[in-house]
Amino acid sequence: MSSPANKMPVALRFASTVFVIAWLLMAAFPFIWTFWGSFKVELDFFSISDWTNAITGERTKETHGSAFTGAGYHGAWVEEGFLRNVINTFIVCFFVVCTSLTFGTLGGYALSRSGFRYTFWLLIAALIFRAMPPITLVAGYMLPFFQWNLWGILPTTIIVLVAINQPFTLWMLHSFFQNIPKELDESAKVDGCTQFQAFRHVIIPVMWPGVITTGLFSFLLAYNDFAVTSMLLSEGNRTMVPQIAAFLGTTQTEGNIMFAVAAVVSATAPLFVLVMFFQRQIVSGLTAGAVKG
Amino acid sequence: MKHRTFFWFFLPTGLAMLLFIALPIVSVVTQSLFTPHEAVLVTVETCTPFKCTQETTIDQDATAAIREAEPLGRFVGLSIYFDRGHLAIAEVSEAWQTRASFGDFFNKLNNLPFYRAMGFTLAFTFIVTPLVILMGLVIALAVNTVHARLKGVVIFFSLLPFVITPLIGALVLFWMIDSRGILGTALQWMAGDPSLSLKASTGLMWISLMIYGVWHAAPFAFVIFYAGLQTLPMDQIEAAQIDGASRFQRLRYVIVPHLMPLVTFVALIQLMDNFRVFEPIVGFNASAHASSLSWAIFNDLGGETQQLSSAAATSVITIIGVAILLSPVLVRTWRDYKGKV
Repeated sequence: MSSPANKMPVALRFASTVFVIAWLLMAAFPFIWTFWGSFKVELDFFSISDWTNAITGERTKETHGSAFTGAGYHGAWVEEGFLRNVINTFIVCFFVVCTSLTFGTLGGYALSRSGFRYTFWLLIAALIFRAMPPITLVAGYMLPFFQWNLWGILPTTIIVLVAINQPFTLWMLHSFFQNIPKELDESAKVDGCTQFQAFRHVIIPVMWPGVITTGLFSFLLAYNDFAVTSMLLSEGNRTMVPQIAAFLGTTQTEGNIMFAVAAVVSATAPLFVLVMFFQRQIVSGLTAGAVKG
Repeated sequence: MKHRTFFWFFLPTGLAMLLFIALPIVSVVTQSLFTPHEAVLVTVETCTPFKCTQETTIDQDATAAIREAEPLGRFVGLSIYFDRGHLAIAEVSEAWQTRASFGDFFNKLNNLPFYRAMGFTLAFTFIVTPLVILMGLVIALAVNTVHARLKGVVIFFSLLPFVITPLIGALVLFWMIDSRGILGTALQWMAGDPSLSLKASTGLMWISLMIYGVWHAAPFAFVIFYAGLQTLPMDQIEAAQIDGASRFQRLRYVIVPHLMPLVTFVALIQLMDNFRVFEPIVGFNASAHASSLSWAIFNDLGGETQQLSSAAATSVITIIGVAILLSPVLVRTWRDYKGKV
C-alpha cells in the first residue's frame, strides 16, 4: 500500500481517524465513567442538580470528606457479602470450563474423524440447539428439578451450563480438529495405537491452541450467563450477575444502587484482565467459525 | 472411525445434550399442555337454630394433595396457547372485526402481551442485525487504515463491549442514559427539554435498547470483517485500480463481494442472538415500554407465582420462531452437504 496511487485523500484519512476515535470513545468511555463514578455517592453519580458533580464529587466531599469514597465497595463486599457470589462464580466457571472442554474435545474429535452421515445430522442438531434461547429450556428444568430437589444448588447449574455450552464447543472444536491432519492419527494407528491411544498421545499434545480458545469462550458463557443462573440458583448460592440484578431490585434505600455500581465494576475487572492477556485467542476464536462458514 | 469408537467418544457430550437440552424441550412441550389444578372447594353448611348458611371454602389439604399427586396439573390441550396471554385468538378476532382502521387494529394487538413481546423482538432482530453488520464493516475499514502499532490497542478497546456481561453492559449504558446520568443530561440540554426522560418515552426506550444492541454486537462483526480484510485479493484490487475503479467502486465491487460469506455468517449468528434479546430489558428496566419473548418467559418464571405452564407455552412458540428463522440456513446447509456427498 505504499504507492502514491493507494494513498488516501486527506479528507478520507481524517474522517476515518475521527471515526476510529469516536468508536473507541463509545466502546471504552462507559466503563471509564462507571469506574470513576463507583467512588462517588449516589447523588453525585446520578446528579440532578449539576452533571459536573459526577466528576468533581461535591456531595461525596460533603458526606465523606474526600472526593473519593469506597462506600459502595464496602457496602457490596462487606455488608452484602459479595465475596460469596464471586467465589460461587469462579466455582461455576472453573467446573463448567473443565467439564465442557473434556466432553467437547472427545465429541469434537469423534465428529471430525468419522465420515459417516450421522455426524452431519449431529452437527445440525447442535446448530439448532445453539440457536435456542437458553431461557426457553429453563421452563422445562423447573418442575423436574423441584421434584427431585435439585433446584438451587451449584452442581445443577454447572451441568446445565455445560450442556447449553456443548453445541457451541462442539462446533468450534470440530473446526479446530478438522485442521489437524488426519494422517497424524492414522499413522499412529498403523503403528498399533487404538483410536483412544492415538487421541491421547498424538492429538492431545497438538490441540492446545484450539482448546484454550474454546475454553475462553466457555468461560465467558458461564461468567456472563444471567438467564440460567438467576432462575436456577437459590438466594444463598447466587453468582455475581444475578446478585447484581438483586442489588437493583432492592433499590429502595440510598446506597444500594451504588452497591450495584461497585459490584458491576468488580465483575468487569476480571473480564478486562482476560481480554488483555487473551486478545489474540479471542480474535482467532471468533474468526475460526467464520472461516469455515 | 468405527461406529463403536465413535459412540464412546461422543457419549458424554451426547448424553449432556440429550438430558439437558432435548429432554427439557419435551418437558416444556408437555408442561404447556397442562395447567395447575384449581383449588378444591368445599361447601359447608352451618346451621344455627334460626337459619342455615352455606359457606364455600378452599380445602387446603385436598388441594395440596392433588397438586402433590399430579405436579403437572390437569390436561387442557392447546387452550393455554390460545388464551389472552399468548396467541389470544378470541381477542385478535374481535379486534379484527371491530377495527376502525389498520392502525387501530395494531394498537389493540399491541395491548396483548404476547404480540407486544413479539413485535419488539422482531423489530429488535431486524433493525439491529443490519446495523451491526454495517457498523462492523465501517469500523473494520477504518481500523484497517490505523497505524500497525496502534492496532493492538484499538482492538483491545473494541472487544470490551462484546466481551462484557450483557446485563452489566446494559446497566453501564443505562446509568449514563438515565435522566440523571451524563448522556441523559446531555440529551435534555440538546432537546431543550429538562423533563425529557427515557423512562417516560416508549420511542426513546426502543431506540436506546437498539443502540445497546448495536454497541454490544458491533465488535463481533468488526473482528470477523477485519480478519476478512487481511485476506483481500491484492491482485484483483490492483486490476480494478488499473481499470480506473474509484475507491468507492473498489469497495463496492471487490471488497464487499469478497466479504460476502462473512456477512452471511455474521447475519446468521446475529439473527439467532438478537432474537433472544433479554438482558437489556432487565438492565434498562424497560418492561413498561418493551418486552421480548425471552423476557416474557423470565417474567412468568420469576415472581411470586411461578406460571410454569404459561412460560412453557411462550417457550414453545419461541422455539418455533427460532426454527422458522433458522430454516433457510438449514436448507442451504443440507444442499451443500448433498452436493458434497
